[in-house]
Amino acid sequence: MRVGDFKESYAADEAVFRTSTARFWLGVFLVALAVFPFVAGDYLLYMANLTGVAIVAAVGLNILTGAAGQISLGHAAFVGIGAYTSAILVTRLGLPFLLCLPLSGLAAAFFGVIVGAPSMRMKGLYLCIATLAAQVIFEFIFVHWVPVTGGIRGINVPAATVFGLQLDTEFKFYFVTIPIVILVVTAARNLFRTRVGRAFIAIRDRDISAELMGINLFQYKLYAFATSSFFAGVAGCLNVFLLKVVTPEHFPLHESVRYLAMIIVGGLGSVLGSIFGAIFMTMVPEALQSLLNLFQGLDPAVMEYLFPLQTVIFGLLIVVFLVFEPQGLAEIWRRVKDYFRLWPFEH
Amino acid sequence: MNILSVENLSLSFGGLAALTDITFQVRAGEIFSIIGPNGAGKTSILNCIGGFYKPQQGRITLDGKDVTKTSPDRRAAMGLARTFQNIALFRGMTVLDNIKLGAHARLKTSLLQALLYWGPAHAEEMALREDVEKDVIDFLEIEPIRKLPVGALAYGLQKRVELARALAMRPKVLLMDEPVAGMNAEETEDMARFVLDIKEERGGTIVLIEHDMDVIMDISDRVMVLNFGHKIAEGTPEEIQHHPEVIKAYLGEKKN
Ligand SMILES: Nc1ncnc2c1ncn2[C@@H]1O[C@H](COP(=O)(O)OP(=O)(O)OP(=O)(O)O)[C@@H](O)[C@H]1O
Ligand SMILES: [Mg+2]
Repeated sequence: MRVGDFKESYAADEAVFRTSTARFWLGVFLVALAVFPFVAGDYLLYMANLTGVAIVAAVGLNILTGAAGQISLGHAAFVGIGAYTSAILVTRLGLPFLLCLPLSGLAAAFFGVIVGAPSMRMKGLYLCIATLAAQVIFEFIFVHWVPVTGGIRGINVPAATVFGLQLDTEFKFYFVTIPIVILVVTAARNLFRTRVGRAFIAIRDRDISAELMGINLFQYKLYAFATSSFFAGVAGCLNVFLLKVVTPEHFPLHESVRYLAMIIVGGLGSVLGSIFGAIFMTMVPEALQSLLNLFQGLDPAVMEYLFPLQTVIFGLLIVVFLVFEPQGLAEIWRRVKDYFRLWPFEH
Repeated sequence: MNILSVENLSLSFGGLAALTDITFQVRAGEIFSIIGPNGAGKTSILNCIGGFYKPQQGRITLDGKDVTKTSPDRRAAMGLARTFQNIALFRGMTVLDNIKLGAHARLKTSLLQALLYWGPAHAEEMALREDVEKDVIDFLEIEPIRKLPVGALAYGLQKRVELARALAMRPKVLLMDEPVAGMNAEETEDMARFVLDIKEERGGTIVLIEHDMDVIMDISDRVMVLNFGHKIAEGTPEEIQHHPEVIKAYLGEKKN
């Protein structure tokens, strides 16, 4: 607890940002987000947009896997369903971007509920395999249902249009990505302030006592699948309008694994952790790449070894993080905050 | 008036008969205790009442409604709360969140409202916080630990938090499985006082399983004795203490 502040009422105690200090830093952060596009170049903006998409998807997966404890190996497939839904709606029906967004979420949520249905009877690894099956099946459909998905060549989409404005640059798209990320993060945070989010965690921690609290396990598992894949679908929609194309290559199994890595590195069950994890998994490989580019001039024979090194270092970094802080970046962040909370009055 | 009634309950696991033809009634506002040696079937009775074990035979009625075929979560929503012999808290959560979970069934916030945290969801959470503070946290004297993760608490306190969570359900019947097991004298005394207060101040009905005979004899209104899955006696603590079968089966065994 911060020094010298007394909680006046339970309402204040239940607030997400409890103190004026916390609200101040949130304000600073939001201003920084708003200023960023005016100082950053196209490449950085592109990375920011990609990271935003990853955050939306990771927040979704963290609800299902981190909070509710249902491990999914099919998250990329739901992102894919969202992406294809958008691509089809915009190219065939000419629906506007702002309509594609929720419809992509709903389409993914619909299939999420279907894929989640086996959770009535299956738990743990068995359910995990069911989600893996979903991943494989949807990938197959993306590739082979050519009349609808365009097969391996995919679907090209025009730039998104919002209120008559074409979002044809990274700069413009940034102003769509960030508000959506903020909305999604807020919604997820809200969830965990209510009985629904608590029920998810209860199911993960101890499903038998959860049932004794009057929680219908099946219903809430389906809620978790629906919410998680809704966010995945929204991420898919953003993704398709960011890249202006959708192909099956965007949603392979290892993309699902990458989302899992995001929430594990970031912190399971933590909304903030999803953000950290998504940033880490998107930015660090890029940073390593540019680092290795510094050695560009070297002998090609050396470069041959340096190139795969990037993947190795990245893998090692993840392992090191998890060894030292299994609870992820969110926990490291919490400790740093706790340290500065009393600063400069250390004890 | 009987608030809980169990008729001809029989339960077996494969060849092992855990419960044989058990019948008893619990009256509203009483502390009804179940005692018996280890493995007598006490916990199994609670598991049948709670809906986790499906008895091969028998009928269970809660507040006048036949719940024999009702799912565990529905029974909980109908007013059945439970604490466990082995603590079954949600370890990853704070004390406060654990307690709030107890109120789950009477809250109304839907998934959509939860995501938006708009109007009713917000109001409900605020009212809930006040309710659990006044009804439960204050009553059980756990204000100082409400923000701690339950995993960090001492055993005795965890048991108290489990009771808090059960009370947050505002149960019609509270099933308690060995609430003082493993506690020191002071903790035991506190817990016994809380159980008695639940009955006397709040008119609660409690089904209590306990090995601690002092506690049983002190606070029970009526006691049922089990041995090898059979009911061998029922009566006031006074009657039970002098019941020859009981002395033979239970108290006698304990003296050895
Ligand atoms: N899930 C189960 N599967 C198989 N046998 C079980 C199961 N649950 C209980 N039993 C058996 O049923 C009998 C009664 O067990 P129960 O746990 O109800 O006893 P108890 O009176 O609560 O004992 P204790 O005082 O040790 O807690 C025991 O023989 C036990 O081994
Ligand atoms: Mg027992």
